[in-house]
Amino acid sequence: MELQTKHALAAQLLAMADDEILLAHRDSEWTGHAPILEEDIALANLAQDELGHASVWYGLLHELTGEDANQLVFFRDPTAYYNIQMVELPNGDWAFTLMRQYLFDVAEMLRLTALTESNYQPLANAAAKVRREELYHVRHSSAWVRRLGLGTDESHRRTQKALTTLWPFALQMFVPLPEEPALVASHILPDADQLKQQWLDVVLPFLHQAGLQVPDTLEPIATSRQQHSKYLAPLLQEMQEVARQDPGAEW
Amino acid sequence: MQTITTKMVWEVLEMVKDPEIPVVSLVEMGIIRDVELDDDRVTVTMTPTFSGCPALGVMQREIKTAVSTTLNIPLPHITVNIVLAPPWSTDWITVAARAKLKAFGLAPPPMHGGKLDIIFHDIAPCPRCDSRNTSLKNNFGPTLCRAIYYCHDCQEPFEQFKPL
Repeated sequence: MELQTKHALAAQLLAMADDEILLAHRDSEWTGHAPILEEDIALANLAQDELGHASVWYGLLHELTGEDANQLVFFRDPTAYYNIQMVELPNGDWAFTLMRQYLFDVAEMLRLTALTESNYQPLANAAAKVRREELYHVRHSSAWVRRLGLGTDESHRRTQKALTTLWPFALQMFVPLPEEPALVASHILPDADQLKQQWLDVVLPFLHQAGLQVPDTLEPIATSRQQHSKYLAPLLQEMQEVARQDPGAEW
Repeated sequence: MQTITTKMVWEVLEMVKDPEIPVVSLVEMGIIRDVELDDDRVTVTMTPTFSGCPALGVMQREIKTAVSTTLNIPLPHITVNIVLAPPWSTDWITVAARAKLKAFGLAPPPMHGGKLDIIFHDIAPCPRCDSRNTSLKNNFGPTLCRAIYYCHDCQEPFEQFKPL
């Protein structure tokens, strides 16, 4: 593999892994706090799945560059994280959490489906594996968005508010990385614009049927994964605290 | 010293149980993909059920220990590789293991031939009374691989091994 392609692919894998690890962390914060027991279990499962997916992407990165997942996750400072801002945001209420999950799950599902055709075989293999698990996520989060959107006045109001807030954040999922065009040209990654169109084709009619108004804008909240919100540093402080207290500890 | 064959290794692996469902073996679950011998070295290739399965490390350890103690092979000569392709499917769980899952109280996963999106609409029969008068309570359960159902005839909840 050419050095330039390798760098570009490593950046892409890091982006995918960082998105999943932070979403896993946010989902895990619901453990013990979800509105009902079944959902407490469901969110813990989602968190564990996203953690599993993150470890798959960090694993591919390790094969490519030798970087270590634990080092990357627990000993990197906020400025070096390469995630989208949506997954940093605090959980807010139940509607906010499930709307974020839904917008993310549909995009992930479409990306994974496209990646099963990737020219980089390890990525295609991993995508085929992760995709099956993701089916359960989309099923769950979409059911909740519909239920909340068409539920009571209060659930509708909260879900609409969540969508309005999250929409520009979600659009950052389709901002190509600086070196991405080379990967698209060599059929390692799907085209981000096509992916966004597929995503819009799914979420727009679905959200409409859930009685929700999608904001007009197509402007993402940020165009670089090096820009972060004020919420990332405190999240990492908590997530990394134990590991940093005793680096190299084994258990 | 007796010569080790791949068949002997497979027989050992049939005794290694799934840490989360101790009535079925890793072989019956379709988790073991390959066994290779090279002189006095053994390589077992396995695949995870769910990619976030926390039992993966435990399974690797238990495979090594079982092969080492039963066949008297030093631990450093045993390698357990993990592969993701082809992706593990519940369709690979053997018929015998399905019966054991049911006896354990877990509804076996329906066969789906890769069409997971469709099988979602199937009904899990109750593992106790075989009633199909059941409903899905939660897609997610106490482990990544289980869903929670309710049987309207037994009036009891039960778990299903999720189709994957």
